[in-house]
Amino acid sequence: MGGLQVPLEHVQILAAILFSMGMLGLMLRRNIIFMLMSLEVMLNAAALAFIAAGARWGHADGQVIFLLILSVAAAEVAVGLGLVLQVQRHFKTLDMDAARRLRG
Amino acid sequence: MSLIALVPALPLFSAALMLVTAGKLPRLLVACLGAGSIALAAVCVAMIASSLLADDTVQTQTLWTWFAVGGFEPGVSFYIDGLTVVMMSVITGVGFLIHLYSIEFMWEDRSFSRYFAYMNLFVAAMLVLVMADNLLLLYLGWEGVGLCSYLLVGFWYQDPANGRAARKAFVVTRIGDTAMAIGLFLLLAELGTLDIQALMQAADATWQVGDALPTIAALLLLGGAVGKSAQLPLHTWLPDAMAGPTPVSALIHAATMVTAGVYLIARTHELFLLSPLALNTVAWVGVLTLLLAAFAALAQQDIKRILAYSTISQIGYMFLALGVGAFASGVFHLVTHAFFKALLFLAAGAVIHCLHHQHNIFRMGGLRSRLPLVFWVFLIGAAALAALPFTSGFYSKDAILLSAWEANRWLWAGGLLGALLTGIYSFRLIFVVFFGQAHTEPDRQPGWQMSLPLALLAVLSLVGGALALPLSGVFPTLASHPLNHSIEIIGIAVPLVGVAVAYLLYQGRQLPAERLVTAGPGKDLQSFWRRGWGMDALYQALWVSPYTALANLLRHEPVDSIYNLVVRACRWGHQGFAAAQNGALRWYATTMAFALIVVVALVLRGEV
Amino acid sequence: MTVWLFYIASVIALSATGLALTRSNAAHALIYLIVSLLAVAVLFFLMGAPFAAALEIVIYAGAIMVLFVFVIMMLNLGQEGEERERQWLSPRFWVVPGIMTALLLLELLLALRGSEALTSGFAVSPKEVGLALFGPYVLAVEIASMLLLAGLVGAYHLGRRFLVRGGQH
Repeated sequence: MGGLQVPLEHVQILAAILFSMGMLGLMLRRNIIFMLMSLEVMLNAAALAFIAAGARWGHADGQVIFLLILSVAAAEVAVGLGLVLQVQRHFKTLDMDAARRLRG
Repeated sequence: MSLIALVPALPLFSAALMLVTAGKLPRLLVACLGAGSIALAAVCVAMIASSLLADDTVQTQTLWTWFAVGGFEPGVSFYIDGLTVVMMSVITGVGFLIHLYSIEFMWEDRSFSRYFAYMNLFVAAMLVLVMADNLLLLYLGWEGVGLCSYLLVGFWYQDPANGRAARKAFVVTRIGDTAMAIGLFLLLAELGTLDIQALMQAADATWQVGDALPTIAALLLLGGAVGKSAQLPLHTWLPDAMAGPTPVSALIHAATMVTAGVYLIARTHELFLLSPLALNTVAWVGVLTLLLAAFAALAQQDIKRILAYSTISQIGYMFLALGVGAFASGVFHLVTHAFFKALLFLAAGAVIHCLHHQHNIFRMGGLRSRLPLVFWVFLIGAAALAALPFTSGFYSKDAILLSAWEANRWLWAGGLLGALLTGIYSFRLIFVVFFGQAHTEPDRQPGWQMSLPLALLAVLSLVGGALALPLSGVFPTLASHPLNHSIEIIGIAVPLVGVAVAYLLYQGRQLPAERLVTAGPGKDLQSFWRRGWGMDALYQALWVSPYTALANLLRHEPVDSIYNLVVRACRWGHQGFAAAQNGALRWYATTMAFALIVVVALVLRGEV
Repeated sequence: MTVWLFYIASVIALSATGLALTRSNAAHALIYLIVSLLAVAVLFFLMGAPFAAALEIVIYAGAIMVLFVFVIMMLNLGQEGEERERQWLSPRFWVVPGIMTALLLLELLLALRGSEALTSGFAVSPKEVGLALFGPYVLAVEIASMLLLAGLVGAYHLGRRFLVRGGQH
């Protein structure tokens, strides 16, 4: 089966809006979990843009990049959530503004 | 021949020894060393003098070349002619007597050894000054005596007032020293040498009478002389310098250091003769100073301050003599003044010593019967000071007045008025201290170390007028004038009138002078004269206060604040930037977003 | 008709993301995010990238988001956590982020306008993707595997102390 022919511009605009929303969430939320979620949203938006670009030309490159983005997101989430656990243990809170100072 | 170098070397060595041992030597040894070195130096001077007078030649000795730079090679060398021998004799002779006197005067002082070290150092420096054959070595001696004056005036440094007096002396004379140094630079630059004999010949050869350059050089040297000899306008330090021990006042501020200025002008008289303006300035400086100081001496209460102002006044006479060209008379007056002023200071010291450190003459009185020796020597000294007939002072002052009459009637009139005032204030001193009611009883009598110098100096003050100084080869002889008898008679009479005035004002139980000064213009006049014609206050307002105000202004180092500005700017920048590193994750995210916006905008700029 | 599907899925993705980012309860937000990811997977499929769509669902929504769910459950934020989040979402915190987001969006929209291109309309099969991966992009694959290894080790190390109650390590 084939795909659709949609104007590339629309897809990119969608990706742009999703990316901006992710950035808004990153700047707005204080809880680390939500910040990580916003990061995921941003990554996803970038992936969407790549897939659209690949679909424009009909090459596999877009999906290859998507795969790489996916692996980056996976690694980042794994390590990030480990850090969240440590933060919760040391600071007893998930508020990122509490973890401002280096010790020593 | 080698005796010449020994003369300053002996006191110098003694001073060095005492400074190095710093009070560890026993007192008797210090006294013998201190006075003995001067005595030996005096003996050497006598031998040099006798050989000089016998041959009527000039003796020189060169020790070594000080330095050699660009053709200028001053040596540490000495030049002994008649003038030098006269000065050396005064320094070592009167100096020895004062050292002997000091042994008893300072016997109970804690810093006995330091005193004699400084005194010997002073004598060594003064000898170098008068024996130097080039102006640079003379300047070395000049600075040396200035240093010793500072050290000795501030001898009892535990009292800060003494330190202030010493600093005042040093700073005021320093102003004169700087003028003199500039004069030396000028002479060296113009004439290429500072060797005195060569300098004088070169000056005669290069310059005409009335040229600008010799005038400037002579006025600069005069500046130095005025500072060291405490003449107008740099005289304010001498009355305050009485804070030092009395023998110091006798030696430094009566007999020797303050005469260094007179010696300088006498030594470089050819230069001054090339500039009538400078000579005239010397004479007028002398006259004005002698009058100002004489009026001030009339109003003082401290016995030493009276004598200090008297010294300023008498040196004014010497300057007057130099200024009218009577160089030999000026030097003659220097010698007789050394005798009677040293005598007066030592006698005053005896009075102070025996009255447990009383300085105010109105608290003394009636000492004629209580301290008879002191009274008689003081009387002789005061008579010489007032130039009563047949004292040494009479001959020297008379000669000066005669020369002044020939030169300028106004100068003569000033000198005459000064003689009147001298008579008044010196006999005021006698009458108040030695006659009348005794307010303080003496608690001891002076011992032999104090009495012997007093007696010897008294003898010298009486017969010193008969001395024929060997100055004929040194100074040009003045045209001999016919003796003007009426001037002579006036000159004899005036001091006697002064004595009579003093008798009328200050004799008796109630001093008639009291009525004059307790009310009205007399009171204001007296306090004005007592403050030295307000010159201290004038200088304070004119120079000292602005200077200290400026120093206070700069105390917080405003210039540094420019550099501090750099520091502050850096700190401010640092704190500004450090605020951006606050560790808050959201803040970092926001700044990254902002940077992203900026970068995208820049990239899009070309393409939109 | 399938074109409308595209726009519907877009709307769902947008609104789900918007909701996800503004919830106070973490679990709710997470569910909305999963919905958003599913919508994006539909978009991928519609554009002719079935392999990417499958991966989006399986890995992104199926592994990564589930990981999030586990951690949230472990952290056990509770009611007061929700209260706090609501406080932190009061309007005055929206100003600066809102302005910056608007600016960025404006710039991106400006950059993106005016292109006439269309997507190709045919699907790119997984076989092509695999050939590309093991062909020109093999190095990237290896590096990605290194990255995942690093992530694995890091996560293991960071998570370990938390599980040991009582601390000494």
